[in-house]
Amino acid sequence: MTKNTAGLLSPVAWTAFAAALGAAVLIVPVLNLALPADSALHAPDYLVALMGKFLCYAMVALAIDLIWGFTGILSLGHGMFFALGGYAMGMHLMRGIAGEGVYRSDLPDFMVFLDWKELPWYWHGFEHFWFAMLMAVLVPGAFALVFGFFAFRSRIKGVYFSIITQAMTYAAMLLFFRNNTGFGGNNGLTDFKRLLGFSLLESGTKVGLYVASALALAGTFLLCRFVTVSKLGRVLIAIRDAESRVMFSGYDPLRYKLFVWTLSAVLCGVAGALYAPQVGIINPSEMHPGNSIEMAIWAAVGGRGTLIGPIIGAWLVNGAKSVFTVAFPDLWLYFLGAIFIATTLFLPAGIVGLGRLLSGRKNGRHGERS
Amino acid sequence: MPIEAVRKISGSPTDIDVSRGVILYVENVSVEFDGFKAIDDLSLSIEDGSLHCIIGPNGAGKTTLLDIITGKTKPDSGDVFLGQNIKLTDLTESEIARIGVGRKFQKPTVFENHTLFENLELALHCGKGLRESLFWKLTPARRERIDEVLGIIGLTGEADRLAGLLSHGQKQWLEIGMLLMQAPRVLLLDEPAAGMTPHEIEHSIELLKSLAGQHTVVVIEHDMDFVHAIARRVTVLHEGKVLAEGDMDFVRHNSRVVEVYLGEAHA
Repeated sequence: MTKNTAGLLSPVAWTAFAAALGAAVLIVPVLNLALPADSALHAPDYLVALMGKFLCYAMVALAIDLIWGFTGILSLGHGMFFALGGYAMGMHLMRGIAGEGVYRSDLPDFMVFLDWKELPWYWHGFEHFWFAMLMAVLVPGAFALVFGFFAFRSRIKGVYFSIITQAMTYAAMLLFFRNNTGFGGNNGLTDFKRLLGFSLLESGTKVGLYVASALALAGTFLLCRFVTVSKLGRVLIAIRDAESRVMFSGYDPLRYKLFVWTLSAVLCGVAGALYAPQVGIINPSEMHPGNSIEMAIWAAVGGRGTLIGPIIGAWLVNGAKSVFTVAFPDLWLYFLGAIFIATTLFLPAGIVGLGRLLSGRKNGRHGERS
Repeated sequence: MPIEAVRKISGSPTDIDVSRGVILYVENVSVEFDGFKAIDDLSLSIEDGSLHCIIGPNGAGKTTLLDIITGKTKPDSGDVFLGQNIKLTDLTESEIARIGVGRKFQKPTVFENHTLFENLELALHCGKGLRESLFWKLTPARRERIDEVLGIIGLTGEADRLAGLLSHGQKQWLEIGMLLMQAPRVLLLDEPAAGMTPHEIEHSIELLKSLAGQHTVVVIEHDMDFVHAIARRVTVLHEGKVLAEGDMDFVRHNSRVVEVYLGEAHA
């Protein structure tokens, strides 16, 4: 009689999920590796890397959906968590090429350039892959936990919270820009060569990273789904819609917000770690406030509170960006602004909401309130 | 289901000592907002199992009093006790709710994007921590309790409707139903008859009368006919102080009350 007893996904949805995942991990690798380079259907390496990048962006959009679509907390600073994950991976990749840089030093080139004699303490451990991956989730997670604790305990809400997250990522960007911070300053970390012994220039490695990203996105989706179909997910929506009632029903909203906020940051960290080796660079511009706003736009365009919507949104907006910035580089920002305004005005439930509207199903339970 | 049985679900039985027959003590409470004394050295006690109305003109401090009892506002001085032994003024809002004090707001506040069933389910008395919520299961006993409360508030058959689609009166009942799900000892109701049709008010009167005895019901209300219909005991607040207390007839004929409140209302 109620939908509460529904499992993680309906049988139809499981089929669609398996089909999408199967297609993602099979089609692109086959088109890239099995077809000769002169075939019309051959997927060039750059396209594999681009798709892999989009998969990482889709993970970020999912993370934003958890905190914004379901819990009603708009973060405009998720780019920082994403970049932190990217830096953790970048540090590992830099350590992996110790002694192979221009200066043949054990230190990364930028440190030699700064005349540093030894590795700063916080770079230790990153030569181990497992340590770097642990840091890719722990650093964003721990930072989010502390930041969120103070913000949520002070009951900072709505636009005020969004503004301080902008300030957060901006401050982090300025910090990382400084050479003395020890993360390569302006240039960030780049010139990566190998990951786990595989050359990053090889098609096989690129396909491997792409497949890893697809699996990570699928796992993230199932995890988000698990959280949002549980009673905890219903508490999150309740916090979005009537926080005082949640409190007077005996729940402590602080814990719930902190949980979902931290989880969201951790997911961004994972996405960032997969992103860095695929684009070959991680630098402070990833923390630019504009990037974080763009991330929120992916979720809004796809449809907040639907999980699948933000994935679609991330792909569509970034796909459009790839086309636009080549065809009309000056117009991209105007176009982005226009789709955001149009979505806000005409499609509060995003593309998924439009789909529901067209198919006549009035089931827009989630994701209609900001 | 008896309160004791519901309490066991949470695994944290709270023994409220009501050996003196009093469930709620407000002791010498004062609170000031920017120089305005909203509550001024107020003392009040509510008998266990009673249906107690608090009335008073606008600005008398009625809603502020509820804010203090439920932990939303911390008093400048004074304390609030649940029974002889639990000091509510040391607890947070959610702790006070879990310990057995339910509150309905002046403006009906329900989860509009959830169904009625889900609204009641969220309010159900059980562990309210993160892990409990993540792995929570709808057991037959829980479903039964939800169905039972749907019956009590007269909304059986509406379980799958979105709460946002309910009428104003139905939302008020749903909110009361959500309080009942919490298995509260004390129900604090801020204007439960506001904005209701005469027919709905009749239904509310029956509902509240049926709840008294099993729970302690404290009602804040403007509508004098409504108060007259339900109240066994009435406290009149004025300028943050208790002006008079007694049964309805006593209060109605008290000259000071007539002067500051009833006189105003009839003017």
